[in-house]
Amino acid sequence: MKAFSGQTISWELKSGVLEVALHREPCNEIGMQSLEELEQLVSALPVLEESAHALIVYSKHAPGFCAGGDLRELYHGMQRMEKKAALAGIRDFHQRIHHVMNTLDACPLTTIAAVHGIVFGGGLELALVCDLIVADKTARFCFPELRLGLIPGFGGIPRLKRDLGNAVVRDLLLTGRSFNVTKAQQIGLVSQVVAEGEALRVARGTAAQLGKFDRQTAVEAKRFIKPIPYDELRQEIDVVCDLYARPAVEAALKKFVESTDAQPYLP
Amino acid sequence: MPTQQQTVDEILDLAAAQFKVPREKLSPDDDFFKKLGIDSLQALSLLTRLEQHFNVELPDYELQGVSDFRTLAERIQARL
Repeated sequence: MKAFSGQTISWELKSGVLEVALHREPCNEIGMQSLEELEQLVSALPVLEESAHALIVYSKHAPGFCAGGDLRELYHGMQRMEKKAALAGIRDFHQRIHHVMNTLDACPLTTIAAVHGIVFGGGLELALVCDLIVADKTARFCFPELRLGLIPGFGGIPRLKRDLGNAVVRDLLLTGRSFNVTKAQQIGLVSQVVAEGEALRVARGTAAQLGKFDRQTAVEAKRFIKPIPYDELRQEIDVVCDLYARPAVEAALKKFVESTDAQPYLP
Repeated sequence: MPTQQQTVDEILDLAAAQFKVPREKLSPDDDFFKKLGIDSLQALSLLTRLEQHFNVELPDYELQGVSDFRTLAERIQARL
């Protein structure tokens, strides 16, 4: 399927570049529908890869790239179930999203996240599976999970640790603070910083350049330089699921979901 | 280093331009959420713009409970 148009994502293969657009209001929060459509994407990849050399993922919505997991859907889902069933559902969701992220991480295409605005939590984890991050000047990154009594659950810590220094990871993880694109480039997270609204155009230019290289060499280079930390990723699922079992997490989610505070992101 | 008044004025100029609010309608003690009509995500975009303009890094937890331009200017001033 060279093109797909879903409720939360769409993709189109053009001139060897697979463009994946995120378009769920308000800021591409990842819930069950997004997961299912991302699963369709990774299922389609083996065929798409035959006629592509690069993949770009970007957001069509102004607030940003992706605000992470859909906490409202998660919280309301937990309320409708017995605790044991809710925890089993959370584990299943994490195993499935890890499969998606791991497949994208290991994808033989060169992958580029073109980001702007909010790149939080699961959104940052989605960007982190990509080989390159092109960010415009409005981009703001954050792992806010500790504010909810959690850790990032879509593979964020092992991938951040793989790509950056451990001290940087501790700073971002343990403070839960957000940081701008200047800081993101300083620490090596972002490869190119561009003017507001230019991330997709620059990503397309980069993808066009990559098309000039021998495909097999690019695949081998990526495989050599980008190991997937599978053991740590599996451990992460266990840690996250253990944390979800604590009453403090449900209380924090309730507070977030029901908050009328102007700054729910700053608990 | 700019004075605190200069910092406040620059913040008001930037906020007015970013959110298309007439500059003369903004004053230092205004609640910027109400006056600019913005939510928390838009406040973060203002923070990003201010960090770039003043060339400072301002952790968002320092803005917890801050909603007026004058206090915002104090936080930025402390990092210049």
